[in-house]
Amino acid sequence: MAQKPTVKEVLFNPVFDNNPIGLQILGICSALAVTSNLKTAMVMAIALSLVTAFSNLFIAMIRKQIPGSIRMIVQMVIIASLVIVVDQVLKAYAFSLAKQLSVFVGLIITNCIVMGRAEAFAMQNPPILSFWDGIGNGLGYSAMLLSLGIVRELFGAGKLFGIEILHLAKDGGWYVPNGLLLLPPSAFFLIGLFIWALRSWKKGQVEQPTFRMAPQVSEKEAY
Amino acid sequence: MEHLLSLFVRTLFIENMALSFFLGMCSFIAISKKVETAIGLGIAVVVVQVVTVPANNLMYTYLLRDGALAWAGMPDVDLSYLGLITYIGVIAAIVQILEMLLDKYVPALYNALGIFLPLITVNCVIMAGSLFMVERDYNFSESVVYGVGSGASWALAIALLAGIREKLKYSDVPAGLQGLGITFITIGLMSLGFMSFSGIQL
Repeated sequence: MAQKPTVKEVLFNPVFDNNPIGLQILGICSALAVTSNLKTAMVMAIALSLVTAFSNLFIAMIRKQIPGSIRMIVQMVIIASLVIVVDQVLKAYAFSLAKQLSVFVGLIITNCIVMGRAEAFAMQNPPILSFWDGIGNGLGYSAMLLSLGIVRELFGAGKLFGIEILHLAKDGGWYVPNGLLLLPPSAFFLIGLFIWALRSWKKGQVEQPTFRMAPQVSEKEAY
Repeated sequence: MEHLLSLFVRTLFIENMALSFFLGMCSFIAISKKVETAIGLGIAVVVVQVVTVPANNLMYTYLLRDGALAWAGMPDVDLSYLGLITYIGVIAAIVQILEMLLDKYVPALYNALGIFLPLITVNCVIMAGSLFMVERDYNFSESVVYGVGSGASWALAIALLAGIREKLKYSDVPAGLQGLGITFITIGLMSLGFMSFSGIQL
């Protein structure tokens, strides 16, 4: 690395320029499954940001002591312990939410964002900077998760955080909810569309096609 | 027997790991550019899943569950909060052992699966298989069937996606959708297709 990144850079770059979901293809599993309502999406976003931040902090602290050959196991143990703490806290203070999130809290362990940042950033950088990098990536993930949650819950059920925003037709209002948005496939479509929007705005992220189409043959040659 | 068969069909089609629970998405998208590698990874996932889910089932029943340590004279001990760290430890260990065994006894298979095995430790499908098994209280034989079914469901999905993507690379996609974007939309359509299985009852 030519120069050390600043705190501001590591904190805000992941939100738009290097979004973990939109560009790095990390941590998509949970992004899709928990976003059918905003509450679970929010809890998941907070939980993941905290786990990423603290695992980055601890791993960066002991990065010079970890032998290269067993670093995966060490990282895994640190992450798993943090996730157990989050899981126990959720079960103690928000049991019904913990039930809704079911296995997805446990799956933070195998969420690639946590592992990926630990391996790519925390192993090379000092603890405080790594902590902010964890928060930054958590923010990028949260931004994607919350926008998905808002779209899916608002248009799928007419509610936000369980409070009715759009007056539903079945209660004499005007809005007929689009049930498809609560089903799994819509999450894929929405992420695809978000990526499209993000990349139309930031042209640098567009991928090159593997095959270029031959230009259209002109009408004269065709005959 | 019928019960187990029904469980298998349900995990394979209705509760497809990739398309209706969105698990293992990272490698699902990253390694589905070619059919051959996709099938290789799919088989590796099935193999690991078949071993780890029953192994974790045994760990849970005889060590972690509330009152499971009664055979050791400690009926009041509840270690279930250690679940997460135990499962991931078991998975990492089994993948490592499997890698060494294959290298020693079946080098042909090792060469085919070799690069995928280490990746599998952090694949959410494997971890989720164990967590779902615990959450739904499967017994040992159910957990074996669940391991086969969930692994196969993921392998099926990744092989299908790779087939579509091989054709898709020749098509003219809008610039912003190129690559990742169109892949998501394709998976969405596949997932919509798999939803039509949801009425099946055996």
